[in-house]
Amino acid sequence: MMNNLANILGKLNVHALPSSPITAGAVIGGSIAVLAVIALITYKKRWTWLYKEWITTTNHKKIGVMYIIVAVLMLLRGASDAGMMRLQQATSVGSAHGLLSPNMFQQVVSAHGTIMIFFAGMGLMFGLINLVLPLMIGARDVAFPFMNSTSFWLFAFGAVLINLSLGIGEFSAAGWLAYPPLSELKYSPGVGVDYWIWSLQIAGIGSLLSGINFIVTILKMRAPGMTLMKMPMFAWSVLGAMTLVAFAFPILTVTLTLLALDRTLGMHFFSAGYGGNAMMYINLIWAWGHPEVYILILPAFGIFSEIVSTFSSKRLFGYKSMVWAIWAIVFLSYGVWLHHFFTMGAGANVNAVFGIATMLIAVPTGVKIFNWLFTMYRGRIRFTSPMIWFMGFVFLFTMGGVAGVLMAVPPIDFQLHNSLFLVAHFHTMIVSGVLFGYFAGITYWFPKTFGFRLNEKLGKYAAYCWIVGFILAFLPLYILGIMGATRRMDHYSASLGWQPLFIVAGIGASIIFIGLGLQILQVIVSIWKRNETKDLSGDPWSARTLEWSTTSPPPEYNFALLPVVNQRDAYWASKHSKTKTENDSYSPIYSPKNTSSGFFIGLFSLTIGFSIIWHIWWLLIIGFLGLVLTIILRTTSGEHEKVITVSQIEKIEIPLNGGTKA
Amino acid sequence: MSSDIETIAIKQAAHVAEKHEEDSKTLFGFWLYLMTDCVLFASLFATYAVLHNNTFGGQSAHQLFSLPYALTETLILLTSSFTCGLAVLAAQSKRKNQVISWLSVTFVLGISFLSMELTEFSRLAASNNSWHRSGFLSSFFTLVGTHGLHITIGLLWMFVMIFRLYKGSIGRTTIRQLTLFSLFWHFLDVIWIFIFTIVYLLGGIGV
Ligand SMILES: [Cu+2]
Repeated sequence: MMNNLANILGKLNVHALPSSPITAGAVIGGSIAVLAVIALITYKKRWTWLYKEWITTTNHKKIGVMYIIVAVLMLLRGASDAGMMRLQQATSVGSAHGLLSPNMFQQVVSAHGTIMIFFAGMGLMFGLINLVLPLMIGARDVAFPFMNSTSFWLFAFGAVLINLSLGIGEFSAAGWLAYPPLSELKYSPGVGVDYWIWSLQIAGIGSLLSGINFIVTILKMRAPGMTLMKMPMFAWSVLGAMTLVAFAFPILTVTLTLLALDRTLGMHFFSAGYGGNAMMYINLIWAWGHPEVYILILPAFGIFSEIVSTFSSKRLFGYKSMVWAIWAIVFLSYGVWLHHFFTMGAGANVNAVFGIATMLIAVPTGVKIFNWLFTMYRGRIRFTSPMIWFMGFVFLFTMGGVAGVLMAVPPIDFQLHNSLFLVAHFHTMIVSGVLFGYFAGITYWFPKTFGFRLNEKLGKYAAYCWIVGFILAFLPLYILGIMGATRRMDHYSASLGWQPLFIVAGIGASIIFIGLGLQILQVIVSIWKRNETKDLSGDPWSARTLEWSTTSPPPEYNFALLPVVNQRDAYWASKHSKTKTENDSYSPIYSPKNTSSGFFIGLFSLTIGFSIIWHIWWLLIIGFLGLVLTIILRTTSGEHEKVITVSQIEKIEIPLNGGTKA
Repeated sequence: MSSDIETIAIKQAAHVAEKHEEDSKTLFGFWLYLMTDCVLFASLFATYAVLHNNTFGGQSAHQLFSLPYALTETLILLTSSFTCGLAVLAAQSKRKNQVISWLSVTFVLGISFLSMELTEFSRLAASNNSWHRSGFLSSFFTLVGTHGLHITIGLLWMFVMIFRLYKGSIGRTTIRQLTLFSLFWHFLDVIWIFIFTIVYLLGGIGV
């Protein structure tokens, strides 16, 4: 009997349940939270609403909101991992061994990196792109709304899978990029690495689909008259980032698949022995990994471009050079991957080439920084909270960038490789560049999405906490790295004298947590007092681009009449020109119908991932058949569009235009 | 009254134009997808290039593969691309039965190709040359197998199209799907030419 059960459930058995009190606590806490949400929805009788308005939606604005919700939840999970790491390193000295076992610590480190990059960073990015990109280029939706919903659900179920590892089994302890041979079955026999592979694979395919979707959206769906060189800078930066997605994510798909084949079918791509080649993995993963950094950061650069120009009440300085800088970064980012492993035997000449290429990237990045500063120069600057994030970004990013150029020199890298100096460097780039950018973007576009602004005071306090906390948390790590402290270190000798610096870093992390708390409070207070910050004009910041020309929140179809563009900053121009645009009559609008297919594609992908992780082969067949059938049913079913008639549009638009017919 | 009809006509024309634009979006999106698939295969070719000499004491490409066999596979696939093109031509002139017949021929050729590939795989596995054997064979099975997986998806796609054609008529959607499918099938042909050259031809002469 027991034997049969074991066969049916593959490798899954009672031992998969959490054994350490910390994970058990997290699982129980998490389950209670999920049950509470389910109970609340049931109590409020909101299941139909949830299904009709959100789960099956194909509207880019709602998909954007869902991306951001999932990303923020994952950000909190990743932040709690970070808190545990700071606590461990501040306390696990000499005879004291901290709260986490070495293996647990490695799992926490791996989960932190994986979650922050793939789920917090990518989620916030795709969320913001979904929220504003179509509005900004004067489009009514993305090119493929159903594919957009599929992308989101693949992302969301990837996130579910990585969180399942907390309660069922374990997570990878092989670092955020799972280098073999450590990540091979021989050295990581548990299911942790498999969880890592399949949650990234599922989310990654979603990202790839999104990349294609947004490239087509930008190139094919701009408002009449908006030539490429009249696009807002955010659209340019997204086009750059999505081009990177389209070229880089297939490499990730392959790399993860090969590792999975090694682990599941006993192949020998990266085995130590049998003619495998572990260095090939490291080359492949960084051929994806370096562009990935720019995938995250380019849209954040775009956000800063919009924000700086709006709050300086000036047009962006050096538009053309900004565009060139983006494409220089896109191009160069494929030629530098080797700087991640200068120490791994490529030889002096190869290292020199890649070192110089790496330093070159600082040039277009510097161009962008100077352009933002020149945009501010003699502008009428309003120091709103997005601008505070921006100032923090310029300061920290420049500092971290200089550290990066330093490490691009191979001999210096030999000293600093895998040290906390490196950890401090890339956190400076990603937290100040990516995270601050997305926080600024969320604050900036929040009123467009929900119709009221976020509380400014709390937003500013949060930004100050993040900036001060960040400096306190990571300056010590730069110093510790130079002193020789390595990354992923769960314990060190007291005689090294490192503990005071680690305690300072811990205090810095606590201040960042206060900042996070203030942001949560900010959202709660802003919802509470939403009547005070209502945005009735649609243009709360006196901004420049098309998304502000429609109402806040925009109607389902974004624009009743498609805007006509004849210069950059089209909305700013139309506000300040005396000639009123000619009124046109409405036409019916074709809008995509809701569909549950995206949700089921995500769910069946989760099933496939889970059954491969646990070797439950009958479940794999079910997941696979479900996936194929869903796709066939979707592609062969009839009309996917509904019509919004002129009278429906008038019903929405006439009250907005103060009772007059357009 | 007449102006009303006129506006309706204009709006319908606008909708047709919109549909047309939607087709062009889909086509462009599909090209982009094929490009990402190209990157995927490029990565697999790269791994094969790195590992193709790592036989770990086992037999090499030169000893394992038969060039005439692979050539036969190539000819079958090339012919299937040709018949697929004929199906698209027939669809453009709305000859439904011809479309079905050409697609069915393509389908049969695809199945033959796939069975030849699987026969080769099982022959290798039976002679103790499966993917467990070495890094070289892992990369061979993965590269050729990924192409085979794409062929399988193509077969499934064809099956659904033939079934739908059988039940209905040739509409806009069918023509669009058939266009996309033929792009996909030709793309797989091109990939196979690379596999044939790099794996079988260069492997056969022992490079
Ligand atoms: Cu890099």
